[in-house]
Amino acid sequence: MSKTNAKAYWKENIKYVLILLTIWFLVSYGAGILFKDALNNIKMGGFKLGFWFAQQGSIYVFVILIFIYVRLMNKLDKKYGYGE
Amino acid sequence: MANSLFLASGLGIQNWTYIIVGLTFALYIGIAIWTRAGSTKEFYVAGGGVSPLANGMATAADWMSAASFISMAGIISFAGYDGAVYLMGWTGGYVLLALLLAPYLRKFGKFTVPDFIGDRYYSNTARLVGVICALLVSFTYVAGQMRGVGLVFSRFLEVDINTGVIIGMIIVLFYAVLGGMKGITYTQVAQYCVLIFAFMVPAIFISIQMTGNPIPQLGFGSTLADGSGTYLLDKLDGLSTDLGFAEYTEGSKSMIDVFAITLALMVGTAGLPHVIVRFFTVKRVKDARKSAGLALLLIAILYTAAPAVSVFARTNLIETVSNKPYATMPEWFKKWETTGLIVFHDKNNDGHIQYVADATKNELVVDNDIMVLANPEIAQLPDWVIALVAAGALAAALSTAAGLLLVISSSVSHDLIKKMINPNISEKGELIAARLAAVVAVCVAGYFGINPPGFVAATVALAFGLAAASFFPAIILGIFYKRMNKEGAIAGMVVGILSMLFYMLKFKFGWFGGGGKTDWWFGISPEGFGTVAMILNFIVSIIIMKFTPEPPQEVQDIVENIRIPSGAGEATGH
Repeated sequence: MSKTNAKAYWKENIKYVLILLTIWFLVSYGAGILFKDALNNIKMGGFKLGFWFAQQGSIYVFVILIFIYVRLMNKLDKKYGYGE
Repeated sequence: MANSLFLASGLGIQNWTYIIVGLTFALYIGIAIWTRAGSTKEFYVAGGGVSPLANGMATAADWMSAASFISMAGIISFAGYDGAVYLMGWTGGYVLLALLLAPYLRKFGKFTVPDFIGDRYYSNTARLVGVICALLVSFTYVAGQMRGVGLVFSRFLEVDINTGVIIGMIIVLFYAVLGGMKGITYTQVAQYCVLIFAFMVPAIFISIQMTGNPIPQLGFGSTLADGSGTYLLDKLDGLSTDLGFAEYTEGSKSMIDVFAITLALMVGTAGLPHVIVRFFTVKRVKDARKSAGLALLLIAILYTAAPAVSVFARTNLIETVSNKPYATMPEWFKKWETTGLIVFHDKNNDGHIQYVADATKNELVVDNDIMVLANPEIAQLPDWVIALVAAGALAAALSTAAGLLLVISSSVSHDLIKKMINPNISEKGELIAARLAAVVAVCVAGYFGINPPGFVAATVALAFGLAAASFFPAIILGIFYKRMNKEGAIAGMVVGILSMLFYMLKFKFGWFGGGGKTDWWFGISPEGFGTVAMILNFIVSIIIMKFTPEPPQEVQDIVENIRIPSGAGEATGH
């Protein structure tokens, strides 16, 4: 494959990674730690929301993020002819 | 003691334990014989043809150690909100692995992590630093696992703790030495099934008992089953504050420390060689991504149930012991007292147990490690469930120990002997060296299991800190920064490791003048310092790189090549 092709592929990959890592940061360090006290004023069933993000929600989001990345990259691989 | 228990409850806990543990061990040995390794490639990376699901299960078992299975829920039940550092820290690292490391390292296609460091930084000095880090991290980790094996044997089968360690050593030796990565992978698949079943069954039982909800992840946010309409967490917050403890859902660590510890554990996870090497075993780059996702999904089942177990166990514990007469304590209380993991000291001689936050008045000390093991007994679950928990704890400890031993043996036979000391060694010779190294490593691990250095608990944090401070920046820069050269990477790793060691020795062991909590830099505990050391590594690497020559063209071509997923071929050591 040509060099420009590889460059464009890499650029799109980096874009996906940055977006997904921003969400990764927001749910764990944001909702679970930095803004925990504010979110704790909201209750979801028996859970205070900040506590829930720290001990449950962030983990669910982590799993979802990886599978989104898998899908995005499988598509990207095909688009640039790197699929196997 | 064992006899009375046997008569009181049919088959009895001990016989159930013999049966269930015996069956699982027979299964592991059977798999080991069926999957013997015949080549170095099979020994190091299971031939490189493991399916994403099998690799996901093996990674999950590899990752979830005695600490995850036995200790974590207990630690959280005493730490409340603060326990989130382990929950997020030990799962969030997989996002980093899947997005930043696993696919590229798979494309690179070598056998070990020091292999990547040595080749990417075109230097045997870098390789040696990598080997030292891998050995340091893995040895500190594995000693704790053997100790966990000994603990379970001594409590549930009532054999001597040293005998327990030796039995564990023989089992691990058998399948790690015989099967290498191939044997380990398929045993870990079985061990994952055993450990997740063993963790979830009591969690579901207790969730139904306390809240009527069979899903523990939802149960601990539900109302109590007693019909009072009170939420379980509200009740626990109330119980905690009544006894003078911090509110369970609030915690007591500073925000910056929670932040730093979580980040150090995440980055450390992504830098642990025994986790990374699992992604060398799959066929294609896309399989590496997928199996990181599957691994985290399978890990998340336990990690989201653990905080529920913590809440159940803590509530049950307070209700069972607080202000109750010592004489009426149930059987499990006395049994754990004999192991020294529950200590009751009647300070005011009223015959009742005062369990309060105030250390001068508190009469009860409960070790973190028994909450999961004792939980089924506290909740009065059937004997077979208690035996199952023992088998699960053993599966967790053995699977992690085996993964670590493989890293140790391949670091020695492949990175040290084949790549540095004797490049002309034959395939057969290298395989023999790998097996011998595994035998030596098991013996050393067993020695530390029998004579645990007092600092085992402290060194687990060190292992994460070291991985975060050394491998993570070196690998990330190696993939994402083509211009990064050997001078920068080596300087960064050395500064990262040394600053981490310095901080641990100063604040954990009192060297260099020691110091207490108030002396911590930026209020960050030694557990969280890996974050600072990692940042130092990045800064030093980049500054040194700016003043030194850029890497040779062929290395820059390698970097270009690993960024493209196709044509990963098979992992190769040459």
